[in-house]
Amino acid sequence: MSTESAPAPQSGVAEDVKQGPRVAVSALTTNLREYGLIIALIVIMLFFQYTTSGTLFKPVNLSNLVQQNSFIIVMALGMLLVIVAGYIDLSVGSVAGFIGALAAMMMVIWPLGIFSNPLVVSIVCLIVGALIGAAQGYWIAYHRIPSFIVTLAGMLIFRGICQALLGGGSSVGPLPDSFKALSSGFIPDVIGPLTLIPPTVNAAGKTIVGSGLTLHMTTIVLGLIAVLAYAYFGFRTRRKRERHGYEAEPFPLFVIKTLVGSALALFLVFQFASYRGLPVVLLVMGVLISLFVFVTKRMTIGRRIYAMGGNAKAAQLSGINTERLTLLVFINMGVLSALGGLIIAARLGQAVPAAGLGSELDVIAAVFIGGASAMGGVGQVIGAVVGGFIMGVMNNGMSIMGVNVDWQQVVKGLVLLGAVIFDVYNKNKA
Amino acid sequence: MASTILEMRDITKTFPGVKALSNVNLSVEEGEIHAIVGENGAGKSTLMKVLSGVYPSGTYDGQIIFRGQECHFKGIHDSEHIGIVIIHQELALVPMLSIAENIFLGNEHATYGVIDWDANETRTAALLKKVGLKEDPKTLITNIGVGKQQLVEIAKALSKEVKLLILDEPTASLSEKDSQALLDLLLEFKRQGMTSILISHKLNEVNRVADKVTVIRDGRTIETLPRKDISEDRIITSMVGRSLDDRYPPREPQIGEVIFEVKDWSVYHPIHAERQVIKNVSLNVRKGEVVGIAGLMGAGRTEFAMSLFGRSYGRHITGEVLHRGKPVDLSTVSRAVANGIAYVTEDRKTYGLNLIDHIKHNVTLANLGGVSSRGVIDDMREMSVANDYRKKTNIRASSVYQLTGNLSGGNQQKVVLSKWLFADPELLILDEPTRGIDVGAKYEIYTIIARLAAEGKAIIVISSEMPELLGITDRIYVMNEGRIVGEMAASDASQEKIMRAIVRGEGKKAS
Repeated sequence: MSTESAPAPQSGVAEDVKQGPRVAVSALTTNLREYGLIIALIVIMLFFQYTTSGTLFKPVNLSNLVQQNSFIIVMALGMLLVIVAGYIDLSVGSVAGFIGALAAMMMVIWPLGIFSNPLVVSIVCLIVGALIGAAQGYWIAYHRIPSFIVTLAGMLIFRGICQALLGGGSSVGPLPDSFKALSSGFIPDVIGPLTLIPPTVNAAGKTIVGSGLTLHMTTIVLGLIAVLAYAYFGFRTRRKRERHGYEAEPFPLFVIKTLVGSALALFLVFQFASYRGLPVVLLVMGVLISLFVFVTKRMTIGRRIYAMGGNAKAAQLSGINTERLTLLVFINMGVLSALGGLIIAARLGQAVPAAGLGSELDVIAAVFIGGASAMGGVGQVIGAVVGGFIMGVMNNGMSIMGVNVDWQQVVKGLVLLGAVIFDVYNKNKA
Repeated sequence: MASTILEMRDITKTFPGVKALSNVNLSVEEGEIHAIVGENGAGKSTLMKVLSGVYPSGTYDGQIIFRGQECHFKGIHDSEHIGIVIIHQELALVPMLSIAENIFLGNEHATYGVIDWDANETRTAALLKKVGLKEDPKTLITNIGVGKQQLVEIAKALSKEVKLLILDEPTASLSEKDSQALLDLLLEFKRQGMTSILISHKLNEVNRVADKVTVIRDGRTIETLPRKDISEDRIITSMVGRSLDDRYPPREPQIGEVIFEVKDWSVYHPIHAERQVIKNVSLNVRKGEVVGIAGLMGAGRTEFAMSLFGRSYGRHITGEVLHRGKPVDLSTVSRAVANGIAYVTEDRKTYGLNLIDHIKHNVTLANLGGVSSRGVIDDMREMSVANDYRKKTNIRASSVYQLTGNLSGGNQQKVVLSKWLFADPELLILDEPTRGIDVGAKYEIYTIIARLAAEGKAIIVISSEMPELLGITDRIYVMNEGRIVGEMAASDASQEKIMRAIVRGEGKKAS
């Protein structure tokens, strides 16, 4: 009988600092579990770095990787909340496709005058996404129709509307360059480039592409600021916890963690800077990820979503308006699906009927690989992001290796299964 | 003298931290009705779980000898196989299947997996006749009442060729009439030679049917009384075994003005719209007062409390709630909380806790505003709140980061209490606050209740344990069939008086 079992020591943060080595070990194991996923991502990256003879980490490939997978990660942020809240959303791929089509029609076909401006169109599309989310969330929240069914219907409906809007099988484009910048653009170098090694000039007097080393200084500066902020806030939180006597993570571990994290980040920043700088979409993603980490970790609304997913009845009896919260979670998902749709369209430069087709499965897989529970109540934003990158790196790496697309799916399926089995096994052991 | 069919020798069962049974002995003779009585938590159900193999052989010490053979059950299947069938308090029927399907569930008359429905239904009809239930075997369980469901359970037991039938509080949720019918059935089985063990709180029932009574208290067998020595007084003395004073912390009530008053509260069933569950209930509670609501299971006490608390139960709710004389709006849980009401559920696992989250997050859930500003949670403040309540309510855990799902029942209850204390209510409604927790933890909960009352909170305690109500409250309302049928000061209340109020209430309805 589990309820009668004695209070088993939880490998969480112990409150007593003076417990010495036991605390250090427990902190280490907790952190290993927490960072296991990131370590897995790094191992997978190193594996492909080796098998692709160094292509994976090439600056140009890193940019591609980010641009190819950003929409999955953006949508995974919303899906994480949906799954933590105890629901599922199968419609995100179709909604993304529909929004892409809508954006293209507004910018290219329909005579909207100044309203066909990419910025206006993007805002309208995000609002439409919110409305779609609200329409689906309404039935789920207030009429208790299972989310699986509502969003399965949405998946069919919006794919259909997407295709109808594009007039059967045709694609609509080309989209304006200023819109395409959302996906394929890089942030401007306001500081100016710094040439460390001048490019080699060939006999014909032309520079050889990819030779030499010129750094995108704005990227470098932004990267440095980000890393310093990361270290500063980490240190400040630690100090604050220590003052209250709650810190358990040993200082050396904290230092190693911060140093390794910073080194990795700086390496990536350097790689981006030596190509064309920070992709715009990476910046968008970075801002969104920070926002969602903050919302889930620090804000009451985030806490309430976890509580609702963990035990909806108890949450309701604790004064949480679970219906409204459910609606908000789906509105949020709708907005992020719309953003995902815009990113896809911007990358392709046109709207196609199959845009986002099947991507709901990649998004859901990313969240589950990231350690979320299908029962709700469990899952981390960083987990979903890392899960998304694991999927992305595998796609990218296997494509470079020339692995057949069919087998890529098999491998991805096995990784998903393995990750979830690993989680369940770990949980049972704990 | 008949032969001994079952002997349990020196059964000792420990859970981490609690000794649930110590050296319990039980000897049941063939063909008798043997009653086991004891307070809630005395160990009756644990003993039966040992006997039926719910706790497999090896997880307890002692011997079980059934019909001369020592048994080592690995699970319920083993005990059923040799004819020991237990019918639990919570019925284990599948609501959307028919009576016949339920009776033969997992045991169908089938050839190569193809069910012979005719055979199943004929046999079901025969079994139903034996238990005196006039229903079509094809009727769905959900469409028959609890009393009839109980009979279906018994029919199911009979289908397994039961030699020893164990009934765990079979009449707890039955009406008087259904209870009588069930007891008659037991006597009928006895005439046919079947042996039964009856676990019951209701001493008049025990008095009526039992050949022997074994009294269990605090996990020990106190004594086994033969038929001629059975009397309620004798059993009660043996059951309680100590004065009530020791079980409840002393307190000196300081009762002030009326804080909350409920007037004419009526509620209808959420699904069966025509059924009125709560009928014109009026009551009040004063500052510093502990008010009890007594009643049998199904009297409507939980429904009343939940309908009051943000309309969490029922529909067509009418009536008025006055807070210090002024009407207040309790139409949602957050409004009820804002108006100073907290409801601590009887079912902490389903309605009280997020079991997959830790103590800290559970404690602050009902009052996140108290640890945050503009929607941003202050981690440090939350931490100190959680630690503070952990100390105040004496939650035994390695840290506030322990998952509530891993805590014992008593500690879980303290977490739920902490959650509502942190919401700082004026009125605390505690629904069965000590259900399923051990004696030590009970005392701690009583101490907390006494302290809260001393701090000036108004407290309503809903409990099915009458001694508990008598021990900790100042005033008791008696509820039956959705009505208040009695009100008395705890000082001149007694178990009999409460029971009489309940019975009188039923008599009134019949006339």
